[in-house]
Amino acid sequence: MRKAALHVAAGVLTLAAAAPALAGENDPLIINGQIEITTRTAAPAHLDGHLSEIRSGWTFRTDETQVMQMDDFDNPAMIYVDAATDAWNTVEGSADKSCASCHEGPESLAGFRATTPKWNAEAGAVWTQEMYVNNCRTERMGAEAWDWNGQDMRNMTALLASVSRGMPVNVAIDGPAAETWEKGREMYYTRFGQLELSCANCHEDNYDNLIRADHLSQGQINAFPAYRLKDTNLVSVHNRFRGCIRDTRAATFAVGSPEFIALELYVASRGNGLSVEGPSVRN
Amino acid sequence: MADNVKPRVRVPKSASAGEVVTIKTLISHAMESGQRKDSSGNVIPRSIINRFTCDFNGQNVIDITLEPAISTNPYFEFEATVPESGEFKFTWYDDDGSVYEDSQAITVG
Repeated sequence: MRKAALHVAAGVLTLAAAAPALAGENDPLIINGQIEITTRTAAPAHLDGHLSEIRSGWTFRTDETQVMQMDDFDNPAMIYVDAATDAWNTVEGSADKSCASCHEGPESLAGFRATTPKWNAEAGAVWTQEMYVNNCRTERMGAEAWDWNGQDMRNMTALLASVSRGMPVNVAIDGPAAETWEKGREMYYTRFGQLELSCANCHEDNYDNLIRADHLSQGQINAFPAYRLKDTNLVSVHNRFRGCIRDTRAATFAVGSPEFIALELYVASRGNGLSVEGPSVRN
Repeated sequence: MADNVKPRVRVPKSASAGEVVTIKTLISHAMESGQRKDSSGNVIPRSIINRFTCDFNGQNVIDITLEPAISTNPYFEFEATVPESGEFKFTWYDDDGSVYEDSQAITVG
């Protein structure tokens, strides 16, 4: 027993670990050595030549940020997924139910993230994940609705995304959802704010170019909710939309507004074919 | 005890004698620096993890002092040479006196 042999190697406190495999722009994203993520694929037909290839935001990030997403232990967003798993099993509200009472494990909702926002025939509207979660809480559990952009809701959407990772995004844009989708498309190409920028000006015409010191992505939302290093927390899709529109120096729409629901459906459909990737790590 | 504090560690389950293994640890903690003010202008009191230690079979591997500038959910990754089977014990010390512990066995064969 040579206890002296036990030591801490020199200079080992590493915040950004020297990871063995750095991920290049064209490398595949494989999470935990198991889940294969499609980060580049052919654009869906409805984009009609606007983009030839769609790319996950992951492909635009630096090696260090990319690596953080390749292992759940290194992905800071997984803390929030753990918190949501606890919430999932917590009985709340007048009906004495938890999420688990009806849905069993979160895995039972695998695929849900891939197809939302979607048409809810009963409600006669396009619903996002947040709306389904809150409907469960108020109608089935008798609990209070969560704030759309609150921590609890962002955690839960991260959990819902995590069980769908690797599945292709496939939101329906035809049938009853078509009207909302069309509205979203119009928004996407409408210039907003004093800077007169549409979503397309940056994310379609100029992706991969520098905006200040950062590479513009295609603005795909397959990887949301995203853990943003600058916020050290999860960021919801609508909060990101709000940030973008604010940056055009426009008065923004509210989180959860019909405008953002339409935009979410449209932007999600631009990523049809990419894998669900959230919760992701972004700068 | 601060809210939602949950330690997690990753240690390989087995190693060969004398092998250098990588250990990862993460604890969810707000790490309130004591420098911030709330909406009414009052200073939010400091509440951080101020010390982290790792021991192997009773012998210290690493002993870290944490300061207020360390960000939320502190993550440590370090290496240790494992001479024999045993248990890594991890301890985090909170400003409020709470102590959070976790441990993980490793088999040398």
